[in-house]
Amino acid sequence: MPSMKKELLTFFLFAMAVVIAPLFFSGGYLMNVLVFVGINTMLAVALNLLLGFAGQISLGHAAFFGLGAYISGVLTATCGYSPWLTLIIASTATSVLAFVLGFPILKLKGHYLAMATLGFGIIVYIAFNETVDITAGPSGLTGIPNYSIGSFQFDSDTKNYYLIWAFTLVTILLSVNLANSRIGRALRAIHDSETAARVMGVNAGFLKVQIFTLSALISSVAGCLYAHTMTFISPASFGFNFSIELVTMVVVGGLGSIYGSFFGAALLTLLPEFLRTFQDFDILVYGLILILMIMFMPGGIVRGIPEIAGALLPAFKRTRGENA
Amino acid sequence: MNFASQILQYLLSGLSTGAIYSLIGLGFAIIFNSTGIINFAQGEFVMLGGMLTYFFLSVVKVPFAAAMLLAVITSTATGVIFERLAIRPLKQPTHLNLVIITIGGSIFIRGLAMIVWGKDTHTIPTFYGSAPITLEGATILPQHLWIFGITFLVIIINKLFFFYSISGKAMRACAYNRNAASLVGIDVKRMVLFSFAISSSMGAIAGMIAAPLTMTSYDVGIMLGLKGFCAAIIGGMSGGIGTVLGGMILGVLESMGAGLISSGYKDAIAFIILLLILFVRPQGLFRKAETERV
Amino acid sequence: MNVGTLAFLFIMTIFVNQALAAPPIKIGALFSVTGPASFLGEPERNTAQMVADEINRSGGIKGRQVQLIVYDTQGDSTKAVQAATRLIRQDHVSAIIGPSITGDTMAVIPIVEKAGVPLVSCAAGIKITEPVKSWVFKTAQNDSLAVAKIYEYLARHKIKRVAILTVSDSFGSSGREQLKLNAAKYGIQIISDDTYGPKDTDMTPQLTKIRNSQAQALICWGTNPGPAIVARNAKQLGVKIPLYMSHGVSSKKFIELAGDAAEGIILPSGRVLVADLLPNSDRQKKTLLSFVKDYQNHFKKEGDHFGGHAWDAMMLVKTAIERGGDKPSDIRAQLEKIRNFPGIGGVFTYTPKDHSGLNKDAFVLVEIKGKDWVLVH
Repeated sequence: MPSMKKELLTFFLFAMAVVIAPLFFSGGYLMNVLVFVGINTMLAVALNLLLGFAGQISLGHAAFFGLGAYISGVLTATCGYSPWLTLIIASTATSVLAFVLGFPILKLKGHYLAMATLGFGIIVYIAFNETVDITAGPSGLTGIPNYSIGSFQFDSDTKNYYLIWAFTLVTILLSVNLANSRIGRALRAIHDSETAARVMGVNAGFLKVQIFTLSALISSVAGCLYAHTMTFISPASFGFNFSIELVTMVVVGGLGSIYGSFFGAALLTLLPEFLRTFQDFDILVYGLILILMIMFMPGGIVRGIPEIAGALLPAFKRTRGENA
Repeated sequence: MNFASQILQYLLSGLSTGAIYSLIGLGFAIIFNSTGIINFAQGEFVMLGGMLTYFFLSVVKVPFAAAMLLAVITSTATGVIFERLAIRPLKQPTHLNLVIITIGGSIFIRGLAMIVWGKDTHTIPTFYGSAPITLEGATILPQHLWIFGITFLVIIINKLFFFYSISGKAMRACAYNRNAASLVGIDVKRMVLFSFAISSSMGAIAGMIAAPLTMTSYDVGIMLGLKGFCAAIIGGMSGGIGTVLGGMILGVLESMGAGLISSGYKDAIAFIILLLILFVRPQGLFRKAETERV
Repeated sequence: MNVGTLAFLFIMTIFVNQALAAPPIKIGALFSVTGPASFLGEPERNTAQMVADEINRSGGIKGRQVQLIVYDTQGDSTKAVQAATRLIRQDHVSAIIGPSITGDTMAVIPIVEKAGVPLVSCAAGIKITEPVKSWVFKTAQNDSLAVAKIYEYLARHKIKRVAILTVSDSFGSSGREQLKLNAAKYGIQIISDDTYGPKDTDMTPQLTKIRNSQAQALICWGTNPGPAIVARNAKQLGVKIPLYMSHGVSSKKFIELAGDAAEGIILPSGRVLVADLLPNSDRQKKTLLSFVKDYQNHFKKEGDHFGGHAWDAMMLVKTAIERGGDKPSDIRAQLEKIRNFPGIGGVFTYTPKDHSGLNKDAFVLVEIKGKDWVLVH
């Protein structure tokens, strides 16, 4: 277990990279992509807490993302509340829902849990689609205002980048702290064997619900940020497909690795850009990449790349030795 | 038309949709019971059944019966190839990795279908007869009877296979305990292959018999797969009558929900019922509670 | 002069030529080529590419080649936003055609408004151009016009009570909104309002309910394959009231899917479907026939209503560039001045207050008889 000091240093370096990145990309297209990388990183890290640490499968996490987006979006666009206020309302409401649902849902395990979260995600998606009077239905909700402080509006990619990444960095710091704390160890114990953990005195049931709620809270905040950056939301962005994308980000990045979630999120956000060249074949290539990643790098990028590098390095050294 | 015949119509429509869900659910249950894997690509085999039948019938232009046979064979081959290439070589077969790889597989197969056959919807003719049959004010089509009949047949064959044949019993043994099964000489790897082959052929059959009514296109697999999975869960992942009843219940609830409550929310109703069952009786309605070794 | 110097001069000439050759005109396109709306995006992309190739073959616009840059939004508004940003900031396009669906269009509007790049959408939602936005135009007919066409016919035939069955995606929900909004104006009462999912395979529950109601007609609003299933289910259940559909199924595919159940169904359609049935005096006939022929030659499929939206968008942008040059603000100004342009979707007239360009004459009413279309008068 890396020491807290090392973890903080890593975090500091990462945060520095995030802060100076716009100097290179501002005004360009990549800036827009980095905004979405920020949101997806936040979501992936939140899901990782549940999936990687506590080992609980969730195939419906897009629902919390969507609840944050719609609650904040509707209250600001239709009712005229301030986006900062609705951020608090939306995240609180979503957390309460997650807390209440968490108790029965997290009693389930394995595929039953997967199915329950899947079902929950679909129910929420249908609710977004059907409550046309509130959410404007499938055509989407327009006119969502940007965040603003006084007369300063967050209306450009660079400004939204800083706003979003501020929240994302807080999320990462929070997760790092959590991972290295008693709670983090308890979560890992639950992951390995819930019964053994309970026997050791861990209140597994309650702890699972708490982490579920935290994960939902963070996801809903990401939803608010998304809504006020795009100024438009539609139910299609919060469905089953996106839930699967999130799980893929976490797994591809590396379960249980916080920075892995960043890599997974970045990769899957950037991948479509790279896949554009394939035109219609892009879906095929996406599926293939998923399969290959799991087959050859089941531990995710964070573990797979060092593994491959480690395997190649001795071979490299050997040839150099021969030529010398 | 009075209320009673309305209800009867909902019931009949629901049962025929439910029969399809049952077949798909059985596919899930069979693989799960032999390997512990939930094959998220199951829905795509259903799609392949319909699409391949259309392909062989209308593009290659072979007679109907031959087209169906070829469709089942090709789907089964796809299932076997999928198992060989994607599932077997897995180094760390955790729950999650399997979920993701089968999802990746389903995306890949769907993408392939889209490229080869395009995005259009296609029809295939009904098996025999197209005049609606009326029953006390409610109607069903002859194709529905075919669906019931074939589903029933498949279930009986299934039961016979798993309970009375050596391979079937061997597969059930793998489900109970893989290590014990291999210790008594069962080739576990071969059983896994068999279960994928059986599931993909059943999925294909489900797709084929439904397609004359529902039409077929490259993306019908997603929702059907989900509903089939629901059916299996409601039925307790049993390889027999439990899943069948699960499918029927799901179909009828959907139909009643759409007719009596709200058509927009009918899918939500189905999933809410699912959640309630999972909360209250997660082993499904038809299985005794499980005990788990820790 | 040695060979080296000759080679150098040769290479330099090529470079200079390239530098002096007029840069291509870049037009961006956003279509949902894959995903749930691919039946829109694919013909639209094919058509746009076909038009671009044709323009280039005949020498380009004012001697400059057209470069069409197409991105697939997959029917997802997040991807639409990313693609639009890329077209504007990285590819530096002068105009954007598409997106295919209303949701994607609404998502992209703030971006083009801010960047000052004209957008000619192929989506039908009335909200796209009402209220009017200076940089946003559309070529697909407003669904309100289609609704008006049907209601007019119903009112003429003294039908007062209708049941509606709409699909729960943006096409269906927009149609449903318009159906509800305009009913009273034509003396129509909607007594049953049901929906179905885009991937549903059985609508007998909804139809059973409708059969039991007092409705005199059923209006189904969706795109293939749903309405085909509705038609077949209606036949199975012996639903006796007349069935009306939306322009979402104005394609031979619908007749193929619905089979015998399609007989007698009436729907509004763009003129492209019945181009050969139109009188020679019809302003659009020539354009329509040549479009249908071209598409058939290129893609071996019938040129349809949806591809037509992209044709209109490309040709309108081309006309604007021909008249005013390819600066985004010039394109916008020229688009607003277009009068009586015969396109596939209708005859377009844009004004500063009207960026949708069409009125209800853009639609004709057709009936399916003997597996083919017949004009209804």
